[in-house]
Amino acid sequence: MSTLLDISHIDMVFDTPKGPFTALKGVDLKIAKGEFVSLIGHSGCGKSTVLNIVAGLLQASSGGVILNGREVSEPGPDRAVVFQNHSLLPWLTAYQNVELAVKQVFGRTKTRAEIKEWIEHNLQLVHMDHAMHKRPDEISGGMKQRVGIARALAMQPEILLMDEPFGALDALTRAHMQDSLMEIQQELNNTVIMITHDVDEAVLLSDRIVMMSNGPAATVGEILEINLERPRGRLELAQDLEYTRLRSEVLKFLYEKQRKVEPMVKPRARKKVQKSRQHEAA
Amino acid sequence: MTDASVVSQSVNESKSSPLSFLAGPGITVNPGKVFSTVLMPIIGIVVFLLIWSGAARNIDTSLGKFPGPVAVWEQFGSLYQEHVTEREKAEAFYQRQEKRNAARVAKDPDYVPKIRAYTGKETFLDQIVTSLVTVMSGFLLAALVAIPLGIAIGLNKTLNAAVNPIIQIFKPVSPLAWLPLVTMVVSALYISPDPLVAKSFLNSMITVMLCCLWPMVINTSVGVSSLDRDLINVSRVLRLPALKHVQKIVLPASVPMIFTGMRLSLGVAWMVLIAAEMLAQNPGLGKFVWDEFQNGSSNSLARIMVAVIVIGVIGFGLDRAMLAIQRFASWDKSKATH
Repeated sequence: MSTLLDISHIDMVFDTPKGPFTALKGVDLKIAKGEFVSLIGHSGCGKSTVLNIVAGLLQASSGGVILNGREVSEPGPDRAVVFQNHSLLPWLTAYQNVELAVKQVFGRTKTRAEIKEWIEHNLQLVHMDHAMHKRPDEISGGMKQRVGIARALAMQPEILLMDEPFGALDALTRAHMQDSLMEIQQELNNTVIMITHDVDEAVLLSDRIVMMSNGPAATVGEILEINLERPRGRLELAQDLEYTRLRSEVLKFLYEKQRKVEPMVKPRARKKVQKSRQHEAA
Repeated sequence: MTDASVVSQSVNESKSSPLSFLAGPGITVNPGKVFSTVLMPIIGIVVFLLIWSGAARNIDTSLGKFPGPVAVWEQFGSLYQEHVTEREKAEAFYQRQEKRNAARVAKDPDYVPKIRAYTGKETFLDQIVTSLVTVMSGFLLAALVAIPLGIAIGLNKTLNAAVNPIIQIFKPVSPLAWLPLVTMVVSALYISPDPLVAKSFLNSMITVMLCCLWPMVINTSVGVSSLDRDLINVSRVLRLPALKHVQKIVLPASVPMIFTGMRLSLGVAWMVLIAAEMLAQNPGLGKFVWDEFQNGSSNSLARIMVAVIVIGVIGFGLDRAMLAIQRFASWDKSKATH
């Protein structure tokens, strides 16, 4: 398979009041067309930073990202992002949210009828056609995230970037969304990079799991190939020995090799630590 | 188990309270809510009236006793009566004029009749209308300047740094300080043999505008600059051009804050207007208060008290009207509750 996305030698240094902070050091990753790759690692390890650099929302301090032979220098709809907290425009309906993206990307090439059809097609794909004309505050968290995915898919991106897309959802809704995502993936064969904290989610959905070492100067630790047959069903896999083995590989990496040494901070100081982490992640 | 059944029973009871017949069939009335939304305000007003009339009886001024609720209520009636009488006079004047003109045209067919306007004094109701027109013109003019300015400084941090000290200094300035300056500038620049609007109107309106500009500028700029980072990223991923970014993302996102600013500004505008009209002699409620004060009849204080109540009620009405517009126009209903 040919390489679609080449992340090469990325360093990321943030200027902080306490001096420069190296978040990423020498991140290398090649992703083939149609591949589903998960990034997993402890919080604060720079997963989001990697994703934002690929999206073009952040500029790497050195190194670069090449998509389809061209260097990524700014954000664009060829690298659609599904944000963690849906990021739908609250004053627009589900349909209008997708419409904004479709008109921007295909406004010149598609006719009005084609645009309408394409918006409706994408909302159908995520099973949101029944609530097309509802606004974000009228639908549930899972439904919002579905619309967010529809908006990203409707841009027909070269690569879909998902930043903990199901992190804010309850376990049942999350399982439902994972099944939906696998279904869509089966049909469209998108190239996807997904950030996750959830080991089961990573093993269930991915072709490869990229496990990142802890920061500062985080980098790619190990890469795990997931050669489970598709379509995958969560019930069958629960009994599958290979699945169990892969799952424990990831757990071993996270909790033995890269065990996060949490300093025992007092509750009052804890907030500050979390805040600075968020800052790094952003 | 027993606890739950007790709770559900009491809920059922409150649904079918003896008060529900007032609201009609199918509509349930919560007695606690009736108590707090209808009964308590009535009690509050009654207690206030009692304290007022008690205090009024004990205050002697050079214009007689301070007016109590009854005296003020009488003046409401007499001010309305004066309005009706004045309108009848005007009507009679126009009828006489028409008759006279018709008679002259009958005598001399070449005669072109002159129509003279009735020049009677403004009534209290006319003055209310003048005040409303003045305050709305000043407010709309201010909005026309403030909202674009707020968007510009909300989008551009450098511009904000430059403009912010000016806003902070002018924001607390009283209308009374502005008015002499405005008056002199208007008399110097607004020279016309056939003026479209009176100078006093312009003076009041511009003073109102200068004072109610700031809450709108500040709230709009805060609304624009506190735009959610994620929404900015959505716009960047879509590569929205600058104008479209403002139109599709920035403006709708800051609509709730713009409305908050507009409500604050309208409140300021109405407060400032009365002072401005007093000094500028714009024939509105401010001039009414001033004239009654200068007049010094035995009814004057009661008539001023009428104006005070009317000013309060209109101010409240303007705020509610703005809230209704906000409810209708803003997507964020949670910010338009009270």
